[in-house]
Amino acid sequence: MAGRRPLALMRRRLIGVVPVFALVVLGAFALLESAPGDAVDAYLAGIGGGDAAQMAALRAEWGLDQGPLPRFLAYISALARLDLGWSTAFGRPVLDVVLARLPNTLLLMGLATLLALSLGSLLGILCGARPGSLQDRTLSLAAIALYAMPGFWLGLVLIVAFSVERRWLPSGGIETVASGLTGWDRAADIGRHLVLPVLSLGLVYMALYLRLMRDGMAELWAQDFVRAARARGMHGARLVLRHVVRNALLPVVTMLGLQSAAMLGGSVVIESVFAIPGLGRLASEAVARRDTPLLLGVMLLSAMVVMLVNLLVDLAYALLDPRVGSGTGG
Amino acid sequence: MTQMPEGPMNAPTRRRLLAGAAALPFLPRPALAQKRGGRLTVAADSEPPNLNPAIIASNGVFFVASKVIEPLAEADYRAKDGLAPRLATSWEGAADGRSLTFTLRQGVTWHDGKPFSSADVAFSALEVWKKHGNLGRAVFRELEAVETPDANTAIFRFAVPTPAQLIRNALPALTAVVPKHLYEGTDIMRNPANQKLVGTGPFRFAEWRPGEYTRLVRNPAYWDQARPFLNEIVYRVLPDRAAAANALEAEEIQLAAFSAVPLADLDRIAKVPGLKVYSNGYEGLTYQLVVEINHRRKELSDVRVRRAIAHAIDRDFVVRAIFRGFAATSQGPVPKNDRVFHATDVAGYGFNPQRANQLLDEAGYPRGEGGIRFRLRLLPAPFFNETRQFGDYLRQALAAVGIDATIVSNDTPAHLRAVYTDRAFDITVATPVYRGDPAISTTILFQSGLPAGVPFANQYGYENPEVDALIKQAAATIDDAERVRLYNAFQKQVTDDVALVNVAEFSFITVARDNLLNVSNNPRWAVSNWADTGFAD
Repeated sequence: MAGRRPLALMRRRLIGVVPVFALVVLGAFALLESAPGDAVDAYLAGIGGGDAAQMAALRAEWGLDQGPLPRFLAYISALARLDLGWSTAFGRPVLDVVLARLPNTLLLMGLATLLALSLGSLLGILCGARPGSLQDRTLSLAAIALYAMPGFWLGLVLIVAFSVERRWLPSGGIETVASGLTGWDRAADIGRHLVLPVLSLGLVYMALYLRLMRDGMAELWAQDFVRAARARGMHGARLVLRHVVRNALLPVVTMLGLQSAAMLGGSVVIESVFAIPGLGRLASEAVARRDTPLLLGVMLLSAMVVMLVNLLVDLAYALLDPRVGSGTGG
Repeated sequence: MTQMPEGPMNAPTRRRLLAGAAALPFLPRPALAQKRGGRLTVAADSEPPNLNPAIIASNGVFFVASKVIEPLAEADYRAKDGLAPRLATSWEGAADGRSLTFTLRQGVTWHDGKPFSSADVAFSALEVWKKHGNLGRAVFRELEAVETPDANTAIFRFAVPTPAQLIRNALPALTAVVPKHLYEGTDIMRNPANQKLVGTGPFRFAEWRPGEYTRLVRNPAYWDQARPFLNEIVYRVLPDRAAAANALEAEEIQLAAFSAVPLADLDRIAKVPGLKVYSNGYEGLTYQLVVEINHRRKELSDVRVRRAIAHAIDRDFVVRAIFRGFAATSQGPVPKNDRVFHATDVAGYGFNPQRANQLLDEAGYPRGEGGIRFRLRLLPAPFFNETRQFGDYLRQALAAVGIDATIVSNDTPAHLRAVYTDRAFDITVATPVYRGDPAISTTILFQSGLPAGVPFANQYGYENPEVDALIKQAAATIDDAERVRLYNAFQKQVTDDVALVNVAEFSFITVARDNLLNVSNNPRWAVSNWADTGFAD
């Protein structure tokens, strides 16, 4: 039984993918379509002028001489053949452009989530172990202060403090330019470049996990099963971890799934501040240059990432709480 | 540079460059003690997908491509005609204006090892500049043939008399030579060499990592064997406004051109030890801050109303407060730093709100409810901080004379569409570029009858048959002095008509490490080849 449930879950999720993708494509296409000006207008701004014949030729080449409906249908039929199209802003296939950016964004998001989740939960446990204590109030206040900070501002402050004033860490980029490093040296180099962006993105979201963990635990202390455990003589770390924390983790994990989408949004800003070539920055460039196929490519890939994270969250949920899914027939 | 409409710049003419020369500390050639080697990392804010300067004559392209692909001649502060030889060593125009003979440099090889010859020049001119060049198409429209009697002579033949002065002024920006053996028989616009450049320049193209950097490496077989000094140039993409200044301070980059460090941060940056601020090196790329006026709008079709708008603007304030002094006031379509073509006898319109009010009263638009005469839609171009700030100032300046302007903000593609295709505006703030000769991209701002959709051109319905005639006549005049006279008359007429309002002329700032030598030593420095640039020993 336990083995079949995750499979069923995945099957259900995969079926759900199709309408989600359809909505993403339709929404992004309509959004960019409603913005005035097209890719040729954006291109002309960058090159400083051209004549009417050149522009007409370019519109024909990029398929912009067609109406929105034929272009949309052409996109869909190409997509059905797994062809994501051609990026006008970068002059290369969309798939190449987005795949080159995906690892950076995944790394940034993954590490930031890890930081927010682990540090947030840890501090949340410290707070929730003794709700109302001085320790609880101080940590909660500090976390709220961080949450109130805009990520880009935090990023700029960190850059000034740790890259400009003290040259401890690089101010931007994903790795040293043409360093020739390989293997672990390269990984360490990338790690150094990621410290500040991960802090900027992760610390802001940390507060959320802290609150969830703390509030969940505070509520659980009054529950019958906790009191029963206490009556059985259980106390200290064992009581906190096995009974209180494990149950308080459920909302935290739920938030993890929801947060993955917000984190992707936050990465747009952080990637720009730290000059990291990722999907978030790519999305804003695609909009600025009216590169519809590129924007759609970024959106599809992002949707895929978010859905994958949520699938993992569901699986984790099933492991944490055996009751989940058992009543609904899988 | 994604956000700025831009383009090639010109070679300053001899008289003009004297002005530039007086203003700077000159480094004698051969240069000071710069050493060989080293990597120069510079800030970049755009990544043009097509880097071929023979097709796209723009600052964003030249910033990278000018180190790899060479023009026939480059702008120079001191040389004859303001031009230093590159792939051409000399040029001579025929008296009838029908031909121009270039003597080409010998012993030049392409980066792939093939020899460079006159056939490459002929192919580039006829197949690339004339057919695909975004600005070359206009300048070389009448180019009929290029004869190549031997490997180092190219004779350009024109169908109609063509001013040699115009072609000379176009040499630095519009004559990038690309290799025939890689382009012949291919789809030129889609040729892979447009991204992986192959040229004859001091640097070779190494790699482009989109979103990260573009890297160039030293060409050991450069025809000027003493150069270049640098081993590598890396263009690091820094999309954030604050990034260039931070990276300079952190010594992660050594140079930021094109005002990548915003004017507002300059006071602070100038005080950082080890950094140097250059305000020269852009004389060949003058941007003009103008107010475009839609002459189709009833109120604005009256010249008195247009003159009132011109009188309502305090140009000195704009230069002082918005450009922090890094600009000059302007009254006409040819900038002051072009000492050949600039008409000195055009009075223009001084700051005089009283006169503006009087003109508006005379035109029959008295102040109504709330002191408002009429309302306008104002579309400031989003290209620069300064264009947006000037938009805010203009709104206030117009309010003072009873014109209520509503600011309509757009992003770049939306702005281009609204102004140059849909013509859905009353007034705008725009930044056309003066490219060293009025015929390259300035007369198009005043010529009538252009189809909708042509950007950075007269889409505002200005129409004066006299001006059209002057433009046509000057384009076919081969005598230098006569051309100058015609363009003077042209400047007088369009300023008198207030076809648009010229407000200021501005260029850019370069910030560099002070151990980097030979920075800003020519009028198009940022977009020139940097062969003599190097780190101090």
